Amino acid sequence: MLKARIIPCLLLKGRGLYKTVKFSEPKYVGDPVNAVKIFNEKEVDELLVLDIMATAEKREPNFELIGDIAGECFMPLAYGGGVSSIEQIRRLQRVGVEKVSLNSAAFHNRDLVKEACSTFGTSSIVATIDVKKSFFGKYEVWINGGKSNTKEDPVRYAEQLASLGVGEILVNSIDRDGTMAGLDTNLLKAIVGAVDTPVIACGGAGNLGHLREGISCGVNAIAAGSMFVFHGKHKAVLINYPSALQLEEIQLESAR
Amino acid sequence: MIAIVDYDTGNVGSVFNMIRKAGGTPVITRDPTILRQADKLVLPGVGAFDEAMGNLEKFGLIEILNDLVIDRRKPVLGVCLGAQLMAQESEEGNKPGLGWLDAKLVRFRPAEGLTLRVPHMGWNMVEPQSEGGGIFDDVTRPMRFYFVHSYYMVANDPSIVLARSTYGSEFTSAMAQKNILSMQFHPEKSHKYGLQVYRNFVERFEAC
Repeated sequence: MLKARIIPCLLLKGRGLYKTVKFSEPKYVGDPVNAVKIFNEKEVDELLVLDIMATAEKREPNFELIGDIAGECFMPLAYGGGVSSIEQIRRLQRVGVEKVSLNSAAFHNRDLVKEACSTFGTSSIVATIDVKKSFFGKYEVWINGGKSNTKEDPVRYAEQLASLGVGEILVNSIDRDGTMAGLDTNLLKAIVGAVDTPVIACGGAGNLGHLREGISCGVNAIAAGSMFVFHGKHKAVLINYPSALQLEEIQLESAR
Repeated sequence: MIAIVDYDTGNVGSVFNMIRKAGGTPVITRDPTILRQADKLVLPGVGAFDEAMGNLEKFGLIEILNDLVIDRRKPVLGVCLGAQLMAQESEEGNKPGLGWLDAKLVRFRPAEGLTLRVPHMGWNMVEPQSEGGGIFDDVTRPMRFYFVHSYYMVANDPSIVLARSTYGSEFTSAMAQKNILSMQFHPEKSHKYGLQVYRNFVERFEAC
C-alpha cells in the first residue's frame, strides 16, 4: 500500500499568495516563490498551486510566475487556474509543471479533457470539482471560482470525468474551504465509492486527525491550505508541514 | 553541457530546473548538432509509448540517438517513459522500443483477490542492486523517489538491474548497462534524493 500524499495547496492572486475562507475573504500570506522554497526544505510530497483569479479575469495562466515557482519546486507540481487549451498545457509543462488541473473548462468542454489525456498522458491531467451544498443539503458542482452553480451532481460528474480518462480527481469542498473544521467525509466517500480514479480531497483539513479521517475515506491524497500556512488560533502566517514520523503515524492509524 | 532531448513528450522543464540546481548546464533541444556536442544526454518522457516512439521517428531522432548512445557511448539517463523507450517492447504499444536494453515493459496487475490502483503514483522506496557507475553515491538512505507509471520494467538480463522497488510485488525500478541509465521514477521531482542523483550524473557518471 502506498502512503497517501499530503499536498500543500497554494492560492495565487496576482503575484501574491492568499488563503480564502469558503472561496472568499482572500488573506495575503506571502510570496509564492519564497513559500515554495520553504516547502521544498520540508520535503513535502507534492505541491498544488491554483490561480483563483485567472478564470474570473478571463485570462491565461501567468506562465512567467508559474515558471519562477516551478524553478524552485523539486517535488511534483500541479497547477490549475485559467487553463482552457492544449497549447497552454504544453507551455505549462515546458516551464516545469507536471500536472495540470482542468476545472471550468472541463465542465464546458469534455473534448478538451479527452484530448488533454491522450496528448499528455492520463497521469498529467487532474480534473477539479468544486462542490457546495445547496440550501436543501444537496451537493452541487460550482464553476468559475465558485461563482456559478451548474446544478450538476458531483458523483455523476466525477464518473463522467473518470470515463474521459483523467489521472486524478480533486474534490474541493467550498463549504469547508479555509474553515479547518474537517474534510467533508460524506462527499469524499460517495466519490471514492463511485470511481476507480485516484481522488485528492481538499477543503477543511485543520489538523492531523482530519488527515487521518480523510485517508480512512479511501482518498489517495489530501490537499490543504490553511493547515500548512497558518499557526495558532489567531492564524499567524507560518509555513509548516508535518514531520515524516507524524505522517507515518497517521497512515498507520487510518489503516486500522 | 547536458542535452535534454526535446521530442514533445514530457516534463522537459522539470528536468532543466533540476540539472541547473545540480550544477550542470542544461539545454532543451532536438537539434542534431547540439545533441552531438553535448557531454551527456537525458531522455525524459511522460505519456504513451507509441506516441513517444512516433515522435522520436517524426523528429528524426532515432538514428542520431542510436549513433550517440550505442556507437559513441555518450552517457545517457532515461527517465520514466524515456527510460521505458530504451527497452525492446512494451505491452502498452505496438511499436518496438529503442532496444538499447534487453528488457520489456509489463502492466501492473494485482495478485489474485487483491486490488492494486494503477497507475502506481506517489513516493516509494528504491533499493539499489548494483553500483551503477556511482549514480546513487551519497544519496541519503533509505532512498525515496516519486513514481508515476502503469507499466514496469522486466529485465531479461538480470545483470542490468540497477534498483528494485515494491508495489504489490517487487519490480525493477532502474536499469544500467555501460553508458546507459534507465530510471522509472522521477529523480527531477524527488527532493534531495533526486538532486544527488542528478549531481552524480552531471559530475561523475561515465559508464558502469
